[in-house]
Amino acid sequence: MKLNELTLKESIDALDKKEVTLEEIYSDLDTAYQKKNKELNIYLSVDTDALKKAKENQDKPLRGLPIAVKDNFCTKGLPTTASSKVLDGFLPQYESTVTKRLKANGGVIYGKTNMDAWAHGSSTETSDYGRTLNPRNPKHLPGGSSGGSAAAIAADLAIAAIGSETAGSIRQPAAWCGAVGLKPTYGRVSRFGVVAMASSTDSPGPITKTVEDACILLNTFAGPDEKDGTSNQEKAPDFTNFLGQSIKGMKIGVIYQDVKEITETNQKLLQELNILKEMGAQVEIAKAMDPHQAIGVYTVVQRAEVSSNLARYDGIRYGHDRSKFGNEGKRRIMLGTFTLTKGYADRYYNLAQKVRTLYLNNFKELFKKYDVLVSPTSPSFAKEVGASASSPMFGELEDMLLEASSIVGLPGAGVPFYRDEKTNLYLGANFIAPMWREDLVIKVADAFEKNSKWNSWRNK
Amino acid sequence: MPYKLVCGLEVHAELKTKSKMFCSCKNDPFGAEKPNIHTCPVCLGMPGALPVANRQAIEWTIKLGLALNCKINLFSKFDRKNYFYPDLPKGYQISQYDIPFCYDGYLETKEGRIGIHRIHLEEDTAKLSHQEIDLDGDNKLEKTTLIDFNRSSVPLVEIVTEPDIVSATQAKEYGQKLRQIMRYLDIANCDMEKGGMRLEANISLRREGKNELPDYKVECKNINSFKFLESAINYEIARQTEILQNGSKPVQETRGYNSSTGKTFSQRTKEDAADYRYFPDPDLPPIEFTAEEIEKIRATLPELPEVKTTRFVKTYSINEKLAKELTINKQKSEFFEEILKIAQKENLDCQKLINNLLNKKIAFTLTDKPEEVLKKFKENSNSESIDREELQTAINKVLDHHQDAVAKYQAGKTAVIGFLLGQIMRELNKKLDVALVKKELIALLKKN
Repeated sequence: MKLNELTLKESIDALDKKEVTLEEIYSDLDTAYQKKNKELNIYLSVDTDALKKAKENQDKPLRGLPIAVKDNFCTKGLPTTASSKVLDGFLPQYESTVTKRLKANGGVIYGKTNMDAWAHGSSTETSDYGRTLNPRNPKHLPGGSSGGSAAAIAADLAIAAIGSETAGSIRQPAAWCGAVGLKPTYGRVSRFGVVAMASSTDSPGPITKTVEDACILLNTFAGPDEKDGTSNQEKAPDFTNFLGQSIKGMKIGVIYQDVKEITETNQKLLQELNILKEMGAQVEIAKAMDPHQAIGVYTVVQRAEVSSNLARYDGIRYGHDRSKFGNEGKRRIMLGTFTLTKGYADRYYNLAQKVRTLYLNNFKELFKKYDVLVSPTSPSFAKEVGASASSPMFGELEDMLLEASSIVGLPGAGVPFYRDEKTNLYLGANFIAPMWREDLVIKVADAFEKNSKWNSWRNK
Repeated sequence: MPYKLVCGLEVHAELKTKSKMFCSCKNDPFGAEKPNIHTCPVCLGMPGALPVANRQAIEWTIKLGLALNCKINLFSKFDRKNYFYPDLPKGYQISQYDIPFCYDGYLETKEGRIGIHRIHLEEDTAKLSHQEIDLDGDNKLEKTTLIDFNRSSVPLVEIVTEPDIVSATQAKEYGQKLRQIMRYLDIANCDMEKGGMRLEANISLRREGKNELPDYKVECKNINSFKFLESAINYEIARQTEILQNGSKPVQETRGYNSSTGKTFSQRTKEDAADYRYFPDPDLPPIEFTAEEIEKIRATLPELPEVKTTRFVKTYSINEKLAKELTINKQKSEFFEEILKIAQKENLDCQKLINNLLNKKIAFTLTDKPEEVLKKFKENSNSESIDREELQTAINKVLDHHQDAVAKYQAGKTAVIGFLLGQIMRELNKKLDVALVKKELIALLKKN
């Protein structure tokens, strides 16, 4: 076994027991990078000083281990483009709060990963630097927008990774790549220094090999930040405390079983959820508000925020001019501008905000009955390369099952629940809980992962 | 004149908080030694930078609202005003759209009450300077525009009146009073020349006797003094009157003011109201106050100039004109009040004292100790101080001795005052301020 295939927890333990050295881990990783990165197009840039930095940080919680970071996190001295040519060659003079804390805890940024340009998409095909391929099956897409970070995990080109999500951008690529994605509650993790997509839902979070790894990584950067007015004032808990807990007696509602397009995926999930029943949880089908309406709400709110957030990229102070915007970016700017225009705002933006409240109330009701809700992460397996080209709404449809909970800020954890033998592609289950209750999703996701056979690192 | 002025003012003022509105950069655009030194990713609009609201600026805005008799929105928020201009690094200005911090207040003027429609808080833009510079080293000057972001995101309050202003002099008085109040509150320097306070007037005319608002308005910008404000309004009154008398309607437009000609000139016609695509800024959580918190802010309000003037007149027996001059700013009023307090105790003539000080008969600076200033006054007027009771006792004694003179006075022969004064001065044997003794004497004669 190569050392780059270790989980974060295994790497830390092996280093502490002196069974391996950082040099050995980085050496195996570098070899794998040389072998795979060109084909899969996962990293846009790598830090050639990574090992040197690693050795300076080996006494810290993350031991100097190599972490893949999505290219929309501003990193001092490392190019940050958000996969858009508008920011080609942009070197930030400041560090995002997440990467600052990651570094302070001994994480080393191995490189910056490819994504949909400006995080617009769920395929990584809208990147101005070429698409990333799914390491599980390179004929297929990795999902997105954090496709590069999810692929880095699936290809073992990092020990752990960081992504960001507005509605699915962590969990959907994690699901397609057979990895674990944890989207924290909106406000749990600082957005400072993350190239803004939809400010009211952007949530940075870990993409990892196991739920345990996700907790270890999240511990390093979650919590209040005075630079982000929307970050939660309360101290974040130690997320590893929620690992290995009994889920006996927990009430788990299975939602979206009535959505016709995903009948097959739903059936497979329902069957797998028997594992939770065997562990003493109550699992029953729950009726949630139709997720289709959330597509519209999310699209309208997100495009509106995008149109305003991208206005700063005028090429006056930094970056290149607006002619460098790709088609997807232009489409979103125009749609968002339209929905905020006088006379249309009431029909679109303001209406969307009202429906957002309806979803909020619906989840409140559901959480009176259930501790955790679960559904498939994505309607089906990873789509084939090129699938997004003809569908401007590709991402919204692929993220349909995540949008409702994302627009109201709920935390969620996605873990693999099925693998197709023929294609080697995965399906993911998404567990969600009320705001600030990451503890609940971690408990259930961890229990499911440890007691099912689908996690490829736990079942080597 | 068959037409009457309908005018509302929009005043912008930069708050003098330590740091900027949405970042921790120093708020000192006028004191900065070089351009672009008080900047950071937030006020430069760099990728991923986030605004965090300055609590002090919010509380000061509310304080100003309370001083202007406004109601306060306990729930408020910031909105994005989207438009492109090179001085606006984010492509939007963080402002307040439908829920300003303060609304529905007023300010009294000699010509009547002016309603305050709203006061909101926003961020200032960067400063553009159009220059000719040799950019490419060919020894030829090229026209270019430089941007200084020291001013970017400086807190800016906007005070909008109702269209209640009926004359140019009233507009001027309003502006001066508003500036005075902001200085009293110690929240803004309001340096108009540098652009720390900026005036815009919406001017239109309606036929005498009509009450409805005119169906057009002319917005006058770039006015950087109260004198110019007055002159611009008067110019507009004349210009618009002529157009209306010719049976036409003035064009709805934005006009600038040229201070050397005293005329306004067309800048751009407003076809439609610009669409700023306002929406709540998702980066800034809504701001909530309790009624108790607002009362706490109210408790920090200083005595405002108007109230202080009235009190000075009453307490120190000086006339209103002098009292107004003493309360023109807070520092001055506090300096004079210290002097007045002692002067009153020593029974000096406050009116004369202040007159002497203001006419510069006595040299002083605002840092002088009140006792020293008073000493100079006494030396100057060559009079000794006397306890009021002592003076009254002496006067009564003289009046008792000269009942006949009192009777004459009461019969209308006021000339006896001179005689009585002489007697009193002899009785006290002091170099006294005659005017003061006379004032007291007459008061007692009237009681007699």
